[in-house]
Amino acid sequence: MIWLMGAILFWAAAVWLNVWLARSRFRGTRAVRIFVPFLFGVTLLVLWEGLVRGLNVSPIILPPPTAIAARFAASTGVLWLDFVQTVVKGALSGYLIGCLAGFAIAILVDMSVFLQRGLLPIGNFVAALPIVGIAPILVKWYGFGWESKSAVVVVMVFFPMLINTVQGLRAAEPMQRDLMHTYAAGYWKTLLKLRLPAAMPFVFNGLKIATTLALIGAIVAEYFGSPIYGMGFRIQSEAGRLSLDMVWAEIAVAAIAGSVFYGVIALIEKGVTFWHPSQRG
Amino acid sequence: MKSIVPILSVLAAITAIWYAGAIWMNSQWTLDQAKRAGVELTLPEIVKDTLSQERARLPAPHQVLAELWRTTVEKKITSKRSLVFHGWVTLNATLWGFALGVAIGLSLAIAIVYSRVMDLSVMPWAIISPTIPIVALAPMIIVVMNAIGVQDRLVPKAIISAYLCFFPILVGMIKGLRAPDQMQLDLMKTYNANLRQSFWKLRLPSSMPYLFTSMKIGIAAALVGTIVGELPTGALRGLGARILVGDQFGPPIRIWSALFAAAILAGGLVATVGLIQRFTLKRMGMSR
Repeated sequence: MIWLMGAILFWAAAVWLNVWLARSRFRGTRAVRIFVPFLFGVTLLVLWEGLVRGLNVSPIILPPPTAIAARFAASTGVLWLDFVQTVVKGALSGYLIGCLAGFAIAILVDMSVFLQRGLLPIGNFVAALPIVGIAPILVKWYGFGWESKSAVVVVMVFFPMLINTVQGLRAAEPMQRDLMHTYAAGYWKTLLKLRLPAAMPFVFNGLKIATTLALIGAIVAEYFGSPIYGMGFRIQSEAGRLSLDMVWAEIAVAAIAGSVFYGVIALIEKGVTFWHPSQRG
Repeated sequence: MKSIVPILSVLAAITAIWYAGAIWMNSQWTLDQAKRAGVELTLPEIVKDTLSQERARLPAPHQVLAELWRTTVEKKITSKRSLVFHGWVTLNATLWGFALGVAIGLSLAIAIVYSRVMDLSVMPWAIISPTIPIVALAPMIIVVMNAIGVQDRLVPKAIISAYLCFFPILVGMIKGLRAPDQMQLDLMKTYNANLRQSFWKLRLPSSMPYLFTSMKIGIAAALVGTIVGELPTGALRGLGARILVGDQFGPPIRIWSALFAAAILAGGLVATVGLIQRFTLKRMGMSR
């Protein structure tokens, strides 16, 4: 009972504080902008903890956050091993290969209007397909190791990257191209100095979409066969054994890895496309 | 219309590459068989064999299409071997997940547009949410649903697909609801319109193009979610289950035909949303 009351009291206090902060004259400041969502997240965790303990929810259904944190701290070794296998070896390598390939093919496609007309609609269509479904096929082809996960990721990130880069390469305006022409700049010079920089917002959009896809691909591919470590493998086997605290610990790792991965790309974007209106505001 | 020829030629090129790949990848098995039987095969014979293997590593396109035809048109749609039946199961879960995702995305967008607190506290988390690989949750959601007594496989699949599709809707709708400019909002004020009226008569109508654009992305994401929800969970029905069964027991061609069926379904869903979009925007006088 005390857990329940405490959680609800905390929740009420946090909501009151957030409402007050959002209406106060500090609402535009950086500190408030960070503190309000932070408090919101903490409140969710406290509510979760209080409700699970207060209502005696079985840990088979939902373990409280403290139990998950304890499990996380107790098994950092295993989690690290899984992280390296899935994120570093599977997702990251596939991400690099897939994005580079998408980028390179996009530049080739861009040289021909015919290819653009033909490939863009098809690429758009393929990007909307449930490509993860090819995971079992690629696991059969490339074996249970990280190579097959990497292959799945390559296929998944390739199309969003291709479409976004091709679209980005069209972003430079005719006026700007004409200017380059009057400077007597050739194809490569125009590409390097004007069209590629102008394409960067689109390229980074593709890179950001691809981070999410890469993690999904690497984890799902492990459901179809993997060595006895890896995040997808662990989640599936621990869920089968009903030790959900371990599953949640893996999900926490996945969430952190996903957010950091995305954040790093967003940071690089900020440095590269500092001139773009969306970055200046 | 100008793009028909380029699209067809790119498709032809992809098919050609596929055939070449099929010959190359399946030739190992053919050569091994021939070696064991002690026969020398000529090149046409090798090609012929690689394109008609029962358990090919990479089935040729015509084999996949034949399998697709066999499992859709030539089977009764109530049969468990019919892809129409499995497609229906997947479609059902996708539509439920999509409806749930649109409802969540819409209500969150309205809350964020109208309330500063929601904007400040929820928005950053909503932005982070798609970077969390929710598919990691799939096996667990199924186990938990079993533990609390929900036997229907539909619920966990719909939850996963709703999670994947709510974000595009949310982002699109926030943009859409904020699309009317200050002048228009001021005009509503001079009409003495209250919040509800300015929502129904100005904000919502002007958000429609954004809504449909994000719904097209959302429904594709919902289908991905459903199929992922079916993949790791030992589901018995649905296109994802078909892929799983094909992987574990059947010949690989079953995976390919299920994948094609999923692609057709995805195309159909996006096209349907596009049609509704065109019709609605035309009725509202917003079509370009």
